[in-house]
Amino acid sequence: MIPAAFDYYRAKSIQEAFFAKQQAGADAKWIAGGHSLLPMMKLRLATPPALIDINEIDGLSGIRLQADGLVIGALTHHAEIAHSEEVVRTWPLLAQAAGLIGDRQVRNRGTIGGNLAHADPASDLPAVALALEATLVAEGPSGRREIPASEFFVGPMTTALSDDELLTQVRFPVPSGKVGSFYCKYPHPASGYAVVGVAAVAQLGPDGKFQAVRVGVTGVGMWAYRAETTEKELVGKLPTQENIASAAQHAVDETDVSQDLFASEQYRTHLAALYTVKALQAAVQAIQ
Amino acid sequence: MPTLFGTPVRRKEDPRLITGHGNYTDDIRLPDLLYAAILRSPYAHARIRSIDVGKARALPGVVAVFTGADIAGKVAPIPTGWIVPEADQKLPPHPALAQEKVRYVGDGVAMVVAESRAVAEDALEQIEADYEPLTPVVDAEQAIAPSAPLVHEDVPNNVVLHWQAGSDVATAQQAFASAEVAVHRRFKNQRLVPNAMEPRASVAQYNPGSGELTLWTTSQNPHIVRLLLSGVIGVPEQKLRVVAPDVGGGFGSKIPFYPEEALVSFAAMQLGRPVKWTETRSENFLATTHGRDQIQDVVLYGTKDGKIVGVEANILANMGAYLSTAAPGVPTILFGLILPGAYAIPHVRIDVKGVLTNTTPIEAYRGAGRPEATFIIERLVDEYAHEIDMDPVEVRRKNFIPADAFPYNTSTGLTYDSGNYELTLRKALDAVDYTQLRQRQEKLRKQGHLIGIGTCSYVEICGLGPSKVAGAVGFQGGLWESAIVRVHPSGKVNVYVGVSPHGQGEETTFAQIVADTVGVPIEDVSIVHGDTAAIPMGWGTYGSRTTPVGGSALALAAQKVADKAKRLAAHLLEASPDDVVMQDGLFQVKGVPQAQATFQQVALAAYTAWDLPEGEEPGLEASSFYDPPNFVYPFGTHLCVVEIDRETGNVHILRYVAVDDCGRVINPMIVEGQVHGGIVQGIGQALWEGAVYDDQGQLLSGSMMDYALPKASFFPRFEVYRTETPAPFNPLGVKGIGETGTIASTPTVVNAVLDALRPLGIEDLEMPLTPQRIWQALQQHGGDRS
Ligand SMILES: Cc1cc2nc3c(=O)[nH]c(=O)nc-3n(C[C@H](O)[C@H](O)[C@H](O)COP(=O)(O)OP(=O)(O)OC[C@H]3O[C@@H](n4cnc5c(N)ncnc54)[C@H](O)[C@@H]3O)c2cc1C
Repeated sequence: MIPAAFDYYRAKSIQEAFFAKQQAGADAKWIAGGHSLLPMMKLRLATPPALIDINEIDGLSGIRLQADGLVIGALTHHAEIAHSEEVVRTWPLLAQAAGLIGDRQVRNRGTIGGNLAHADPASDLPAVALALEATLVAEGPSGRREIPASEFFVGPMTTALSDDELLTQVRFPVPSGKVGSFYCKYPHPASGYAVVGVAAVAQLGPDGKFQAVRVGVTGVGMWAYRAETTEKELVGKLPTQENIASAAQHAVDETDVSQDLFASEQYRTHLAALYTVKALQAAVQAIQ
Repeated sequence: MPTLFGTPVRRKEDPRLITGHGNYTDDIRLPDLLYAAILRSPYAHARIRSIDVGKARALPGVVAVFTGADIAGKVAPIPTGWIVPEADQKLPPHPALAQEKVRYVGDGVAMVVAESRAVAEDALEQIEADYEPLTPVVDAEQAIAPSAPLVHEDVPNNVVLHWQAGSDVATAQQAFASAEVAVHRRFKNQRLVPNAMEPRASVAQYNPGSGELTLWTTSQNPHIVRLLLSGVIGVPEQKLRVVAPDVGGGFGSKIPFYPEEALVSFAAMQLGRPVKWTETRSENFLATTHGRDQIQDVVLYGTKDGKIVGVEANILANMGAYLSTAAPGVPTILFGLILPGAYAIPHVRIDVKGVLTNTTPIEAYRGAGRPEATFIIERLVDEYAHEIDMDPVEVRRKNFIPADAFPYNTSTGLTYDSGNYELTLRKALDAVDYTQLRQRQEKLRKQGHLIGIGTCSYVEICGLGPSKVAGAVGFQGGLWESAIVRVHPSGKVNVYVGVSPHGQGEETTFAQIVADTVGVPIEDVSIVHGDTAAIPMGWGTYGSRTTPVGGSALALAAQKVADKAKRLAAHLLEASPDDVVMQDGLFQVKGVPQAQATFQQVALAAYTAWDLPEGEEPGLEASSFYDPPNFVYPFGTHLCVVEIDRETGNVHILRYVAVDDCGRVINPMIVEGQVHGGIVQGIGQALWEGAVYDDQGQLLSGSMMDYALPKASFFPRFEVYRTETPAPFNPLGVKGIGETGTIASTPTVVNAVLDALRPLGIEDLEMPLTPQRIWQALQQHGGDRS
């Protein structure tokens, strides 16, 4: 219930954060909303020697719709994303997914940066970042780099960020053409996390056939992934029930399916396919 | 003054509790307070080779570390409080800290006492305990196998009690053998984790000068704690004060006397400083008692035309690693005697083996025995109905104890006080227009919908209970209650009760009773409970007894005060008491409107005592001890409509109707709240909850991440109705309502789900009916596609 002893730094700028990190060592952790890190520390599953609080760093929070995309600062809270008009207008599934996270307190404290950087196997936002082909902007002592979502989630609770890097913003491309999107979540009755979460983006060509399909899946394996086989299978096909259902049979091809008390491998595989169908159908339906 | 009895007065305790001004055990801060933390066994079954506490002791801020060896001979084993007669009950010792052997994951091994909680938790990590793992036994059926490891060496076959009850064996066997229909089932009433919102906590303070010890603790029954604590730590009862301050729910898990209560007391005495221990949620899952956990082999015997002839039940009740305080009574007395439920069943045979396993001890959990019994009879009635091709509702109606048969003696030896079971069924059916509902179900089924309708008609035994019966069934205490109504010189009233409300709302309902009886505004009445230094002796809050028993004691005491006030008023007004009436807080002499005395004037006169009637004592207070002549038997019918999602196996509750009869109703809002909470908790068992151990005795469902407690969003609006059949044996005419919802809702929902699945050939499923379990069954029966 009480974390092991740790040092605490509060950074007022990115430079200060990097400096503190250098002082505190590789095992020190950034802390944003604390809603993933602190529970682990209280159970002593994580025992970082130091926390570097990034909440007071200017410019890491906020939502802007720019020419190059919808830019969301890493410190932006889930609640703000869920209620943002820009987000709802640009990528409704992102607002939807953020609004389905935890409960009100969690959404008011948890941040998009923390959610993505933590890369919990059952977090909602990784699926969305993947489906939207977001770009994650990281800054470190040696400079700034941009990481495509497809290269960001690399293992169980592991990302492409290095220890001393800070995720500063997430950029979502602005949709063009006939695009619809939807996030479908099967929440665990106890934890509320995704047993299966599927983010689907569908784009139809003038011929009414799928021009592009992107499916991000969370909760199913040890980290979020793109259901590429499903996507490929659908491109060039009509968005019929049969086509979607048949493609969704491949929803877990890219992962090793996890199991727990709530869902066996078989049941989870079934849910993954089912929710892929639901999300894709809803995404098609959402096309104006 | 309008009478408050029967009105939805808002809860007096709520402003305090919902604005953060409650005072829970963990809120208690004392000068020089020390903090305790308990090292718990990671093994379900192991021999302790050695415990090295050297490093922990050396940690700055650590004041003491105690192991089993340190307390041996100083802290007596934790006693059980129920010894079931003629059950060959064993009494395996339960040391407050494990001696030689640990017997479940969570069993206490050592206690650290430190200057802060953080240091105490750090020190736990520094204790080096070396174990020799032994083969554990987790499942009750495996535990009684001849080759099974023994949880306690002196309990052969792990059978800690064997209890049989019912009607005459020979006649019953004959009736069973000649029955036209026999419905056999094996039910598993799974283990549940109570999860009160407030985890347990205890704070002990010792005065070496006076030898007095105060223990604040999260208890449903502080007087029982005081009695047992006195025996365990050797402090005489008059020097012990036990306080249950605000307690955030218990559901039975705060009935037992726990090792930690003895340990903090012992440490406070040893160290001369107050010691606090507060449980974590993870500890709560492991080291606070669990509920239910029965394997039930049951048979219902009947005629082809729907008359139930008998019921037979062979039960394996998992008791966990030790016998908790009230545990032995739960799967026996509180379970077996109510097995016939609401029906006139001539022959009933019950055989219960209480079995020790390497798991967390079992205790009463909301309903305690009665949900397990009701589940059997109510599931069997549905299966029987199906077997003889009759509507389950019809079978119920055919077998109900008729309204004119009360008081009714059951074949298990109980006397049901009053009831009209048929009426609650009718009301529930009318609420949904049952005939039409069944037709609609038929239509929707044809369209491919899996719609199910389930009912349950229950009767509960509660309001525990006559002390004579308590003695006869082996409860090691009485079950009467007491109350003191004390009017102060200003006319304000304190009421001191032996029962120990912890969320149920008696600070309000009791004030309603007193305000009505004494004739003062409800704002002028405050209820004091939980502090053995302030309240009269009482046995606490459980078994839906607080209002029927404690409330009755209170009503009688309040009446004595009202009578005395009237005598004093008459004296002041120079009239005969017979001519004095009390109205709106004023005593008046009939026919002499100007002759008035306020209640306050009378109260003051009682205390100044300048002018009292001849022979009258000063003061205005009265006490009463009330021992009920019988239990109370609330009853009702619940009905539920579900739809099952073929694709996910999810159960959607479309409608839930509850018709309950708890006798006279003091506060309909509070009754409704109890019904709602009970329903939710019972459906939790039906659909989501279940403690899961692996075969090594590790609790896999040991956190809120895995153990699914129901959330408000899982439910539709409940449709709650009542009938009112007064309890004939207590002065208020009330019955209990705290547990009925939990008793009724589990079988109601399971019956509904199985009704939905029956057309596919699915006849039974184990609880909890999780989506996965239902989906698998659908798959096997080709029902996953419409
Ligand atoms: C009760 C509860 C329910 C929840 N339910 C859900 C749910 O349904 N779905 C869901 O997706 N999530 C859920 N969460 C998790 C929640 O969304 C967290 O807020 C989120 O996962 C982490 O964000 P944070 O800001 O709290 O991160 P923190 O806990 O502060 O940090 C998490 C990790 O990310 C690192 N980190 C944080 N910010 C950065 C950054 N800018 N750059 C680099 N590293 C960083 C930290 O060092 C740490 O390792 C739940 C949490 C709780 C407590």
